[in-house]
Amino acid sequence: MKKPVLEINNLQTHFFTDRGEIPAVDDVSFFIREGEVLGIVGESGCGKSVTSLSIMGLVPSPPGKIVGGNILFREQHSTKEETENLVNVSSKRMRQIRGNKIAMIFQEPMTSLDPLFSIGFQITEALNNHQNLSKKEARKKAIEMLNLVGIPRAEQIVDEYPHQLSGGMRQRVMIAIAMSCDPEVLVADEPTTALDVTIQAQILELMKKLNREKGTAILLITHDLGVVSEMCDRVCVMYAGKVVEEGDVRTILKFPKHPYTRGLLRSLPKMHEKQERLYSIPGNVPKPGSITDGCRFAARCSEVFDRCYKEDPELLTLSEGHTCRCFLYEKEGDVQHV
Amino acid sequence: MSKPLLEVKKLKKYFDVTGGVFSRKVGDVKAVDDVSFDVYQGEVLGIVGESGCGKSTTGKALLRLIEPTEGQVLFEGKDITKMNPEEMRKMRRDMQIIFQDPYASLNPRHKVEKILGEPLLIHGIGDKAERKKKVKEILEIVGLRGEQAASYPHQFSGGQRQRIGIARALIVNPKLIVCDEPVSALDVSIQSQILNLMDDLQDKFGLTYVFIAHDLSVVKHISDRIGVMYLGRMVELTSNEQLYDEPLHPYTKSLLSSIPNPDPDIKKERMILEGDVPSPSNPPAGCAFHTRCPECMDICRSVRPEFQEVSVNHFVACHLYEVDGDNSDQEQ
Repeated sequence: MKKPVLEINNLQTHFFTDRGEIPAVDDVSFFIREGEVLGIVGESGCGKSVTSLSIMGLVPSPPGKIVGGNILFREQHSTKEETENLVNVSSKRMRQIRGNKIAMIFQEPMTSLDPLFSIGFQITEALNNHQNLSKKEARKKAIEMLNLVGIPRAEQIVDEYPHQLSGGMRQRVMIAIAMSCDPEVLVADEPTTALDVTIQAQILELMKKLNREKGTAILLITHDLGVVSEMCDRVCVMYAGKVVEEGDVRTILKFPKHPYTRGLLRSLPKMHEKQERLYSIPGNVPKPGSITDGCRFAARCSEVFDRCYKEDPELLTLSEGHTCRCFLYEKEGDVQHV
Repeated sequence: MSKPLLEVKKLKKYFDVTGGVFSRKVGDVKAVDDVSFDVYQGEVLGIVGESGCGKSTTGKALLRLIEPTEGQVLFEGKDITKMNPEEMRKMRRDMQIIFQDPYASLNPRHKVEKILGEPLLIHGIGDKAERKKKVKEILEIVGLRGEQAASYPHQFSGGQRQRIGIARALIVNPKLIVCDEPVSALDVSIQSQILNLMDDLQDKFGLTYVFIAHDLSVVKHISDRIGVMYLGRMVELTSNEQLYDEPLHPYTKSLLSSIPNPDPDIKKERMILEGDVPSPSNPPAGCAFHTRCPECMDICRSVRPEFQEVSVNHFVACHLYEVDGDNSDQEQ
């Protein structure tokens, strides 16, 4: 089995606001192996984006702060064997890693490119910072990257500006920027949410191709279980700042255990069968910080019992690589010791 | 089949593009370009398409929230495009709309009571006490509590706000509701609650919906018939089952195959379209889809295909399915 390239242990990112301390990410652990696609799914406010920002060292501070846990990054092509903890590294070292070893693409292709600079400039900016290339080489590389992500007329587009491109094209440029330094991990935060389905299919295909050809590990953050099924090897399901279930994609989508994962899957309208009524999870997604005691899903859970309101369940290992945070399965599995 | 409640005939909406020093008109954006369809009493007609295909403009033009450039909209046989403002105002009691963004469509300074009471006031329904009672009733119908009438919109979550939006449309007892992407701003678990609510309300009040969305699985769930739009034109219109089992238009086929399926065991052939949607200010000649169509022929580049019935209740605008002979007005 391949080694993990990124390992997150008990990460806690809290926001200190006027309304008190809000644990947006509360004790989250997962890992990504080399060349793997890991999906993080959850609804709005579950902490999936904050997790990705924590990895990149981009949590706005103040009010945000990583208050506990570690993010271990193992560089593949270096002499060093040991891991680095990204929570503690100097900001100078973080700058060397960010964009170079770990790159990120954002949800909004409309706002994440700078409208004042040409496409070529924005791609070479990353190259200039991380690799010693001459201007000419950098431009050549920029064109090469645009070709790689399937942009036609790359020689012309390189001198054009973001407003001249469509949404799908801009997202391709974002991917070109992220991939320009051959990162080991690509963090993609809802990369296709703002795009139409036919364009989404193109972008997902492109990301799959890069994953296969370059062996880049991808951390894919999304709320769309369909995208997860198409793209991912393993999945983490998050709810209100915690991982509630984790496993390989087939196990999670076909044999989900946690009542939340099951409810989520059942509430999707199906394309291949006719249903009279949709299943729905009662209640609303809790506001971060509003729940203190017990299981966070208790108020909406269909199988809730007294204990759920008092104690916080541990993450249980149900089978090899399949964990779930629910009291229902305590007999089946042993409590995982992290 | 029952009689059409709403008939849309050759609806067009062109927006002017202005430019130059004096903002002269320099072109048109053909947001809706010659769209015709019927909506029958008690059915749900879904309209799907990608962004910029004109589906929302169509929805708004049906209620004259946007003035159509050309064409007719007949509601119960009366042409609403020719009505004067006063007649239109009365007409709106029967035709309501639910908007996409529950955060932007409720006035943050008004209490729910005022938001929901306003349609009643405008249409002169009941006195003060009756209106108050009606507001409470409608809140309970949509799954909120009566006493929440005294709250402001910011005190509600997204799903609850969408319930208020639905209540506002419902309170005047309309016959037709245009739902413009009512669930696309909501989380999956909330989305299913709202879809179920809309289903229940339809049964209870005998409503007719025009349901506009970009999410095909949502449209499939709720609709009886579905129209697919591309670049301001209706390219295919048929029953729900027919569309998903036997799509005819190449665009519909690719749209259906682009949807990621959450079931890992269903493997399907992908048909990934090349390129982007062309700009509606400068649509391609002939068939608007020919620039991306995998089955493009010579004729597609020059002649615009007719929107015609190729089998019973299956309308499609594509040269592949051209029927010979007379093909005018087959929309029964």
